[in-house]
Amino acid sequence: MIRKLATRRETLLLGALLLLLAVIATRFPGFVAPSNLADVFNDTAPLILLAIGQMVVILTRCIDLSVAANLALTGMVVAMLNVAVPGLPVAVTLAVALGLGAALGMVNGLLVWKLDIPPIVVTLGTMTIFRGTIFVISGGDWVNSHEMGEGFKAFPRAELLGLPMLSWIAILALAVFSLVMTRTTLGRAFYAVGGNPHAATYTGIDVGRTQFWAFTLSGTLAGLTGYLWVSRYAVAYVDIAGGFELDVVAACVIGGISIMGGVGTVWGALLGALFLGVIKNALPVVNISPFWQLAISGSAIIIAVAVNARAGRDKGRIILKSAEHAT
Amino acid sequence: MIRRTFTKLLAGATLATGLMGTSALAQDDPVRIALVVKALGIGFFEAAAKGAEEAAADLGNTEIIYTGPTDTTAEAQIQVINSLIAQGVDAIAVSANDPDALVPVLKKAMQRGITVISWDSGVAPEGRQMHLNPSSNPLIGNMIIKLAADELPDGGKVALLSATTTSTNQNIWIDEMKKVMGDYPGIELVATVYGDDLADKSYREAQGLMQKYPDLDAIIAPTSVGIVAAAQAVVDAGKVGQVNVTGLGLPSEMAGAIDSGASKSFAIWNPIDLGYSATMIAHALASGDATAEPGAEIPMGRMGSVTLDDDNAGAMADPFVYDSSNIDDFKSIF
Repeated sequence: MIRKLATRRETLLLGALLLLLAVIATRFPGFVAPSNLADVFNDTAPLILLAIGQMVVILTRCIDLSVAANLALTGMVVAMLNVAVPGLPVAVTLAVALGLGAALGMVNGLLVWKLDIPPIVVTLGTMTIFRGTIFVISGGDWVNSHEMGEGFKAFPRAELLGLPMLSWIAILALAVFSLVMTRTTLGRAFYAVGGNPHAATYTGIDVGRTQFWAFTLSGTLAGLTGYLWVSRYAVAYVDIAGGFELDVVAACVIGGISIMGGVGTVWGALLGALFLGVIKNALPVVNISPFWQLAISGSAIIIAVAVNARAGRDKGRIILKSAEHAT
Repeated sequence: MIRRTFTKLLAGATLATGLMGTSALAQDDPVRIALVVKALGIGFFEAAAKGAEEAAADLGNTEIIYTGPTDTTAEAQIQVINSLIAQGVDAIAVSANDPDALVPVLKKAMQRGITVISWDSGVAPEGRQMHLNPSSNPLIGNMIIKLAADELPDGGKVALLSATTTSTNQNIWIDEMKKVMGDYPGIELVATVYGDDLADKSYREAQGLMQKYPDLDAIIAPTSVGIVAAAQAVVDAGKVGQVNVTGLGLPSEMAGAIDSGASKSFAIWNPIDLGYSATMIAHALASGDATAEPGAEIPMGRMGSVTLDDDNAGAMADPFVYDSSNIDDFKSIF
């Protein structure tokens, strides 16, 4: 039943996405060329990675507002590490990014789990702490393109079968997480905890611990994205990805992931991210006044969510036919 | 009741500390000049702070308070200024995030006898005693189009990548640039886009420009975040040599773009000189050595002097051009 509903939600979103592409194609045909669509996917890859992590957190009835700050802090740390130790293998950089991101996510998770502080408060706090930490460690200085090693900058751009590594990492994350979410105990626990925490407790699932792992996963993905982001734009400074956490939450909400927890899939997160990614990439090329762009982005989010909410409105399960007619 | 007494007590204590502070200060009387920037952590302003320290050393007995919000909003800047008023600084030199929003708080500062000047990004005339422009707006507007046109002797298509749609500085420079477009025949401005001073949005806008205008010859970005992002987008699109990225940027941030050839040249005034001059002016006004009035000439130490116009605004110097010949000398400075 739930699966059927989810499938319908995503089909609808896919339809909206295709319609959007068709409308854009009427104004700028070059946009739907396969090579350009691959570019759009590549550009959206960071958003996809973060949206997957955010989805897991939202499933457990939490929210992680610190993802963009985590990304920026991890990005700054790996960039400074690269300047301090030139020629550090990319594998080490990746390990540091994943490890640091996970550690920062664990801080969120521990605060939510052990101290029982509302997630929105915890992550608002850590968001500011992370941004502040970047300022402290960097002294406010930028790490610039010419200071970064060639290998450091080349990794996300390296092409494999015609697609850059950045895209492949997003594809890999999609594959891994769709398996984790549907085929592992932990994955099912995320749904159980968000769907009904009390029932989850009765079945022996530790709600706090599950939320802790959700934050850890989200942090790990944010850390990974931190390196990719800094290397892609070849610059690291305090404000990188400023306000990006809102895009990430928006992508999840558009993707049909219920903010009330327990409902959502990896594919929903992917489609939500792609929807935003397509809008962001199309607006510069379709001759729309920049003054309207923000308004259009915002309206698209609200329309998508409204459509989603209508499609996904839980009609309730009718237990007693006669009672329904009586009321 | 208890609370009220406590508040009174506290007020008394604060007053006492204030008085003691003043008497202690009166002995050697250092001039305390607050350099308020748009946001901490921006290379340009860090360099300006170095210049301010240099000026303080030249002047002697001067203390620089380098401060600003952590994000570029007027609200946060107002809080910073309020706390400076409470500290009773002698002068505030501010680069404003909004020309009008800061006026009330700066008026309050002037009523308390604090010298208020704006520099870099200006405040409306009623909110400051004078404004120091890093350069004159017509000169900058001319410079950014000249940098692009110099590389295009046969003419070509250029596009602008600005900061936000409401950035005071960028909008003025773009207007000035459009005024002198006639002096550069064959140069066609095809689009103006806004990267909001975010690396990812600027990158995407630059990509969009190259897609939409396959024969684009130059991207002019009069903003330090935008120019770096545009240069990276040109490198990634494999269009080095076809699309020249120019505009205003910092040498340390643009060194990579000059090396890769994505940018042939760019300009910026020297922020060290700017912080130095702002401090010199603030000191002269605060100590009564000069008055800010139309036509007045205010000395700026090693930078010569500035002459104020009818709006009490003045220009420091011409923007300075950086290219492969001098980038290595400057990239380690700012």
